[in-house]
Amino acid sequence: MKAFVAIVMRDLRLAMRNKTEVLTGLIFFVVVASLFPLAIGPEPQTLRLIGPGILWVGALLSSMLSLTRIFDSDYRDGTLEQMVLSPQPLWLLVSAKIVAHWLLSGLPLVILSPVLGLQFDLSSQAVGILTLTLLLGTPVLSSLGAIGAALTLGVRGGGVLIALLVLPLFVPVLIFGAGAVEALESGLGAQAHISILMALLLPSVFFSPWASSVALKIALE
Amino acid sequence: MTQDLQLQVQSISCERGGRWLFEDVSFTVQAGQALYVQGNNGSGKTTMLRMLCGLTPCIKGDIEWRGQSISKNKNLLNVDLLYWGHSLVFKDELTPLENLQMDMAVTGSEVESAQVQLALNHQGLINKHHLAMKFLSQGQKRRVALARLQLSRTRLWILDEPFVALDQHSIDSLRSLFAAHLAKGGLLIFTSHQPIELDVELKHFRFGL
Amino acid sequence: MNQGWFYYAAPQTFYGLAGKLWPWFALLASLLAIAGFWIGFMVAPTDAQQGEAYRIIFLHVPVSWMSMIIYLAMAFWSVLGLTLNTRLSAMMTRALAPTGAMFAFLSLWTGALWGKPMWGAWWVWDARLTSELILFFLYLGYIALTSAIDDTRRADRAGALIAIVGVINVPIIYFSVKWWNTLHQGASVSLTRAPSMAQLMLWGMLLMALAFWLYTFALVFYRVRTIILERERHTDWVNALPEAKGSTNS
Repeated sequence: MKAFVAIVMRDLRLAMRNKTEVLTGLIFFVVVASLFPLAIGPEPQTLRLIGPGILWVGALLSSMLSLTRIFDSDYRDGTLEQMVLSPQPLWLLVSAKIVAHWLLSGLPLVILSPVLGLQFDLSSQAVGILTLTLLLGTPVLSSLGAIGAALTLGVRGGGVLIALLVLPLFVPVLIFGAGAVEALESGLGAQAHISILMALLLPSVFFSPWASSVALKIALE
Repeated sequence: MTQDLQLQVQSISCERGGRWLFEDVSFTVQAGQALYVQGNNGSGKTTMLRMLCGLTPCIKGDIEWRGQSISKNKNLLNVDLLYWGHSLVFKDELTPLENLQMDMAVTGSEVESAQVQLALNHQGLINKHHLAMKFLSQGQKRRVALARLQLSRTRLWILDEPFVALDQHSIDSLRSLFAAHLAKGGLLIFTSHQPIELDVELKHFRFGL
Repeated sequence: MNQGWFYYAAPQTFYGLAGKLWPWFALLASLLAIAGFWIGFMVAPTDAQQGEAYRIIFLHVPVSWMSMIIYLAMAFWSVLGLTLNTRLSAMMTRALAPTGAMFAFLSLWTGALWGKPMWGAWWVWDARLTSELILFFLYLGYIALTSAIDDTRRADRAGALIAIVGVINVPIIYFSVKWWNTLHQGASVSLTRAPSMAQLMLWGMLLMALAFWLYTFALVFYRVRTIILERERHTDWVNALPEAKGSTNS
């Protein structure tokens, strides 16, 4: 447990001392979200309809960008190897890395989404559901993404490759996450979507650290 | 207690890129013994060391630590192992103190902050505890690695080129760390392409030239 | 773990076995394909509602089946390879991937060819077609990953892991896409509602499926032999082969 906390704190500390990486992801999210109204037109009704989908895809792409970093610097300076050689269970240390990644790349998106929701003229209820779905969905992205990042450690073209590997796996979360707001708007209520998101969240959060550990050991052979 | 501390290597082989780096290698290292692995760059030293750590699996042959195969029980080895490979296991953005404390946490050692500071001082880094590593010279960074060795209580040290880029003072410091480790019944395996003299008797392993 | 004999014997013996078998598979596949085509395009009656264009399902359904079966086979070999550490498993997975990707691609094409006369659009976001598209991406991901990693062993094992992770996700993906599809479009546009079929048409599809299966065996066995030759090129048994002796490189 102490190792878990230590790793999370270390990654947070590292990010604080080198803020650019974290900020780039956030700025990317904002830019992407702003591009769509420019491309599609400012008609409020259209924007309200497509807003949740766009914000979801924007969050997805922003997280994809940041996933290369989750293990990369540790791999290059040998710290990752030490984690693999540690007597502590590797899945525990990896889950600390995933938590830190989510805190730095996922949670800021969740916090920023209500502000961006305004750009799409979403009702406050819609914004609430959207934020909740992102809160449930971004950890899944960090978790599944960690598997992809672990498999592609040090490989050429890593970022795009991670996206190719992980995005298909992420489709269910995207469908239910973005669909929740529409369900709300159409009067069906978003409960089913939220429940399914939680049903997707729990196994991926439990399964990924272990799968990522296997992937890391393969990568370090 | 220390009798079962033994690394036994049986007929391990390694193939890389279609050719055999080494074949049918066997040796045993007992408590208090040091193995000095020599060979040119690319001869397979690093690969063999990584096999001993359990990072690279051995397809043929077996490696036993404390009488148990490490492929069956990796954790038994991890508890006793300290590995120092080619990279300095430190983050540039963190201070030596933070880096060492992080290392202690990951390996599960209960070492107090005061002891860490003492070790850093001992290795000549007196006013540098709270300075980010990126501001230290190459030699100073390697001294933090020596402090890591000093703080370690693990029994088996596997070190790949530990003498690289050390000044004479640090070389002496490392040699005395080795002597202390071996005197406590620890095991040591290291490589160096410079010839090294230690005060203790060394077992040698030479890769074909 | 001493797996000396286990590790080495398999590719060599399999090489010989596959060499004997693949021509037979190819022959059988051709015969069955001819029979299947004959039934599908000559004998089976024209459908009352869909006319001649429905005949494409004789290809579409079997290729879709194959794309899914092959992915399952890849996952099977991947599990075997990761747990038992046998080299042949990884070679089989690598040999299966391009064929599986091809079938997935064909499934998408034949789906489009069917969709155009039926629904007037080249692409419909039908649940099955969309899942097929994602399956195609999974294949591409495997191929991209194994191609990008230089070290063969690492590439094999990484590929095996992604194949296993993919196979676990396929039912989840299919379910979510189905949900998404029914929510947005209703059941009106659905290629899964194939016309109720006469016995003969089913026979035709089964024959085609079997033909494709045998074709896959033939092609994969052939491909695996090439992979074995390439990977084992430094061993004695490969260099003693008549094929190897004829060439100019060592």
